[in-house]
Amino acid sequence: MVRFFAGLIGLFFSGMLLLGLADTIYLAITEPAEETAEHAFHEKAKDVSFAHDGPFGHYDQNQLQRGLKVYQEVCAACHSMNLVAFRNFEDLGYNEDQVKALAKNWATEVPSIDPNTGEATTRPGLPSDNIPSPYANEVMARAANNNALPPDLSLMAKARANGPAYIYSLLTGYQNQPAELLKQFPDAKTSDGLHYNPYFANLNIAMAPPLSAGQVEFDDGSPNDLKAMSKDVAAFLTWAAEPKMVARKQVGWGALIFLLIFTGLAYLSYRSIWADKKH
Amino acid sequence: MSFPWANQYKPKNPVMQWVDERLPLPRLVYNATGAGYPVPRNLNYFWNFGVLSGAALVIQIITGIVLAMHYYASVDGAFNSVEHIMRNVNSGWLIRYAHMNGASFFFIVVYIHIFRGLFYGSYKAPREMAWLLGVVIYLLMMATGFMGYVLPWGQMSYWGAQVITGFFSAIPIVGEPLRQWLLGGFAPDQATLSRFFSLHYLLPFVIAGVIILHIWSIHIPGSSNPTGVSVKGEEDTVPFHPYYTAKDGFGLGVFLIFFVIMAFFLPNAMGHPDNYIQANPLSTPAHIVPEWYYLPFYAILKAFTVDFAIPFTGIVIMPAKLMGVLALFGSILLLFFLPWLDTSPVRSGHYRPLFRKFFWFGLIPTVLVLGVCGAMPAEPMWVMLSQIASAYYFAHFLIILPIVSRIEKPLPLPGSITEAVTGKPLKAATA
Repeated sequence: MVRFFAGLIGLFFSGMLLLGLADTIYLAITEPAEETAEHAFHEKAKDVSFAHDGPFGHYDQNQLQRGLKVYQEVCAACHSMNLVAFRNFEDLGYNEDQVKALAKNWATEVPSIDPNTGEATTRPGLPSDNIPSPYANEVMARAANNNALPPDLSLMAKARANGPAYIYSLLTGYQNQPAELLKQFPDAKTSDGLHYNPYFANLNIAMAPPLSAGQVEFDDGSPNDLKAMSKDVAAFLTWAAEPKMVARKQVGWGALIFLLIFTGLAYLSYRSIWADKKH
Repeated sequence: MSFPWANQYKPKNPVMQWVDERLPLPRLVYNATGAGYPVPRNLNYFWNFGVLSGAALVIQIITGIVLAMHYYASVDGAFNSVEHIMRNVNSGWLIRYAHMNGASFFFIVVYIHIFRGLFYGSYKAPREMAWLLGVVIYLLMMATGFMGYVLPWGQMSYWGAQVITGFFSAIPIVGEPLRQWLLGGFAPDQATLSRFFSLHYLLPFVIAGVIILHIWSIHIPGSSNPTGVSVKGEEDTVPFHPYYTAKDGFGLGVFLIFFVIMAFFLPNAMGHPDNYIQANPLSTPAHIVPEWYYLPFYAILKAFTVDFAIPFTGIVIMPAKLMGVLALFGSILLLFFLPWLDTSPVRSGHYRPLFRKFFWFGLIPTVLVLGVCGAMPAEPMWVMLSQIASAYYFAHFLIILPIVSRIEKPLPLPGSITEAVTGKPLKAATA
């Protein structure tokens, strides 16, 4: 009885699936899916390597400091970084006083309450503060940016597939819309207020090209062409998203070495216990 | 329970004697996972995965309890509290990545454990109860894993909850009210998050309880083995301790090596980047996909594209969506009936030439293809593949297995486990 009903149910499900298969094939032939500009012209992130790649990789502190400068002078005008605190910049090699100065001189002040009147006001940042948003709220952010919302950058390097390379590619990927694209997809012209970038999911990004060569002067005289700055800020955002990466890899090696020894010993004891038993 | 030649617990230490007379808990452990449990001597490495599943559950419970001390189940605070764990809690990143990857590893070892059972016929008499309880554990794991994935309140958390609870709305008449009752609202919100957190904390302990029953039920007939031949004498078995504790110790080491590699060096490889974006009910991700361990079932769900209807009348008896949901649940529930679908008296796939072909060239590729299809967008090629694979999946269990067990001519079985291992027959005296 069980097998009889099971067979009927099996025939029903498999039959409906094969019917669906016929339908899918029929539809694929009669109404082939139209190619889209996003599908045809979207490009995978460029190949780019960072000091923090690989199981032994760690952050290049000088690069992170340069990346912070790019973020501070350029990105921070529109993009918040809510999850990172000023005190975290000690990880980049700054001492306590430098961090205090960084917090105090940050372009945006921290929202506060006037101790005398209780009214909303702002005060200079402290190391214990998280980095303040450039906008008080989403409405203000959209109003200032042609109704587009600049996303928070704290986790950007983890919130996109292959994040660090994606950020680098996006920043260096602005270009004119290819003539080929407009020929194939006349309706896909980048509209006013948007900018063509083949690394962005739908090819048209609201953010204007944020970086241009020589825009930020580095204290250590490092190259400040577009590629170098983009790479520096991509590294910095990777740190912002994954500040414990170096500790993680170090602990990982410790755990791995311990386990290799443990497992080797466990294997030997297994072999010696079973030595007299054929199995 | 167990075999007459099993070692007896005889504590020498007076304290243990005192305890044993009053509460024979050490005796229970001794008989369950100690020297008092005789186990077939010929188990291969696939038999490590039961213990590994237990180890994975322990890792999840320990890391989970610590995470719950720092996690804050609120729609405004959940996402940031997870990041607080990652950034500010001492070694919080370790605990959280261990929990996140531990879930994947729990499913990896359980899937191997399940497919070991499928190949070696561990679901057959007299071990049906262990199999049925195993399916219950698996269902509980799926519920627990799903609710756990919602807790960080990222984009995939939110939209996964939206999609999966949406299954219930496919049920006629009561579907929509049922969905709202489960969510505590019209869409995932604070009520949903709070109850999911509560249940996510509760269910692992329910799983632990069912695991005790699962182990109990396997101790009545004793463990199965790769030949599928029942234990016939003392020579066929070895005491669990030290023989299998040693082997499991080695297996646990290998498991932890893989676990450490993923959790410390590739912690986000098995996750989805969108879950690092805070949940936003107003912005739907381009592709909503569940965690990898649900992908085969997600592919089955999406494979149903045609309504069950009376042709040319427009009368729909069963819409495609409902059928997809029924098939999704059916694809797991059919495992409950497996002991009665496969009627072959031979347990091990080694001695079943036809069964073995369908297993390796039918079932295994099908499940892998479904897993890939589940992650893919609904483009015709992937839909076709998942339709073929889903059709095979149901046919395999519900049609092919019953027929195969009827027409197949099994290979000759060894006389005993000892004979299979040593080539010499079991001594008559112990038989």
